[in-house]
Parts: sequence; structure tokens; C-alpha cells
Amino acid sequence: MYKKLLVFATIFILAGIFLKLYQNFDGSKTLNKTASYYAKNGASEVGSTNIVTAIVVTYRGFDTLGEVTILFVAAAIIGFFLKTNAKGTNRIRNLRFSSEIMITASKILMPIMFLIGAYVFVNGHLSPGGGFQGGAIIASGVAFFLLANPTLSVNHKVLSVLESTSGLIFVLLGIAGLIYGGGFLDNRVLPLGKFGTLFSAGIIPLVYSFIGLKVGAELSNIISSLQQIQKEE
Amino acid sequence: MIFNLLAILLGISTIVFALVAIYTKKLIFAILATGGVSLFASILYLLMAAPDVALTEAAIGSGLTTLIFLFILNKIKEEDV
Repeated sequence: MYKKLLVFATIFILAGIFLKLYQNFDGSKTLNKTASYYAKNGASEVGSTNIVTAIVVTYRGFDTLGEVTILFVAAAIIGFFLKTNAKGTNRIRNLRFSSEIMITASKILMPIMFLIGAYVFVNGHLSPGGGFQGGAIIASGVAFFLLANPTLSVNHKVLSVLESTSGLIFVLLGIAGLIYGGGFLDNRVLPLGKFGTLFSAGIIPLVYSFIGLKVGAELSNIISSLQQIQKEE
Repeated sequence: MIFNLLAILLGISTIVFALVAIYTKKLIFAILATGGVSLFASILYLLMAAPDVALTEAAIGSGLTTLIFLFILNKIKEEDV
């Protein structure tokens, strides 16, 4: 009884706060100071068609490095805890076989999923998306492949080498910006190029490609570790 | 007008899926409903002109998270619930 009263009181207080917020809300007609700076100078300073990418990779590049680090730590911890459970990974496993439809579809769709993922992160400065989204799409492709072929496994060594190399190159590109550009992860290490083409916006396509590879490798690693500890049928 | 209608419809579906995820007895329906919440939210983001966020939500929220939950459900199935 007392608990229910508390729940209702909390809901009423929250409703009051949100009602107040709703009544006082009038969508601002003009951009605020920071946003108008990005909108005005983003194209000329960074040369990226997608302003979100310009902010994420160049203006706030250090935050992106932090996000990548968080994802890396999460993947490492998951891998660490799952590793201890999976004794003798090379034992013979009797898994339920996938259906014919699944196997055939995976042969057709997996290359397309990989291509879409690569497209999303290579074109991060031109179209919506970027390294994180492209990496997630590639990892879904890996997951799809593992669902269709449960007896196969992903080579963890290749994934970890790919992941650590990409992370290292990302940081090295940032340091190159410190030396040749205007600051850490500044994109003017390479020439800005023609606005709106693939090879433009300095090092943004390179940085996003390596972020995409890193995120894809990390998420694929998580998925394949989870797949290896599945119950046998 | 149509935008408002669509947004309200998507918002209601999101809330319904979230309630299903909380109140259903079967864990598998709860997991699928969680994926549905992310899916409707990503369409809403797309309507609100945030395609970057929509892509992230669709790929990670409704794709990978659902898959990881399904893997874990299969792992814990016989031990609990």
C-alpha cells in the first residue's frame, strides 16, 4: 500500500515537471551560438558535406576517441568473462543445422551487408552514418553468417589484430593533426579537396574507415564469443 | 498534419511495445518488443530529420542488441525462467 502510494506520488511529480516543460517550450527559431558557428564555418573549415560528421570527427574528435575507448573496454570485459566459461573450444560441437533458406540467403546477403557497412563508413562525410553505424552493420553481417553456419567460427586473432591496428592508426592520425594541422585530430593533414566528393574533407574518410573497422571487429568479437558458448542441441 | 499524425502513431506504438516488453510473461516476446521499441524510435528520429541517430538506433538498438539478448536467452533458458 505504502509502496503504491510512493509510486503514484513519483508519477504525479514527474507528470507535473513534464507538463511545465511542455507549456514553457517554444522551439527556438534561430540557432544558438555554437550551432550557428558550426553551420556557418563547418563547410569552409572542415569541408565535410555532413555537418554531423564534421562535429563528431573533427570539432569533437576527442569525445569520439573516448567513445571508441569505452566500446573497446566493454568488448574486452565481455571477451574476458566469456573466455573463462568456454573450456576446450576445439571440441566437437553438435549444433542444430540451419535451414536451406537461411544458408542460401546468407550466401547472397552477406556480401551485400558487408558492402553496405563499408559504404556507410567510407561515405561518412557525404551521407548519414559513419564509423559506428558501418561497423555495427558489418557486425550484423558476421552475426548472420554465424547463424547460417553455426559450426564455423571467426578467427579471433585476425579480429584482435585488425582492431588494435585500427585503434593505433586512429590515434596516430590524431597526433599527425597535432603536428601538421591545427590540433589533435584536426582534419587538415591532407588537403580539403573538392567539396562533396569522396576524397575530400582531409583525413575524415580515413579516420571513419578505421573507426568502422575497429567497431566492426569489436562487435564481431562479442558476437562470436557469445555464439561459441551457446548450448549444444 | 500528416507528420503530426504519423509522429503520434509512432509514439503510441513505441509506448505499447515498451509496455508489452515489461508486462509479458514470455521472455522471447519481451526481447522482440524491445527491438520493436528501437525500430519505432528510429523511424521517429528519421522523421525528425536526424538520419545519423536513426541509423545508429536501427543498427545497434534493434539489430545487434536484440541478437545479443537472444543469444543470452538461449544460454540461460534451461537454468532459469
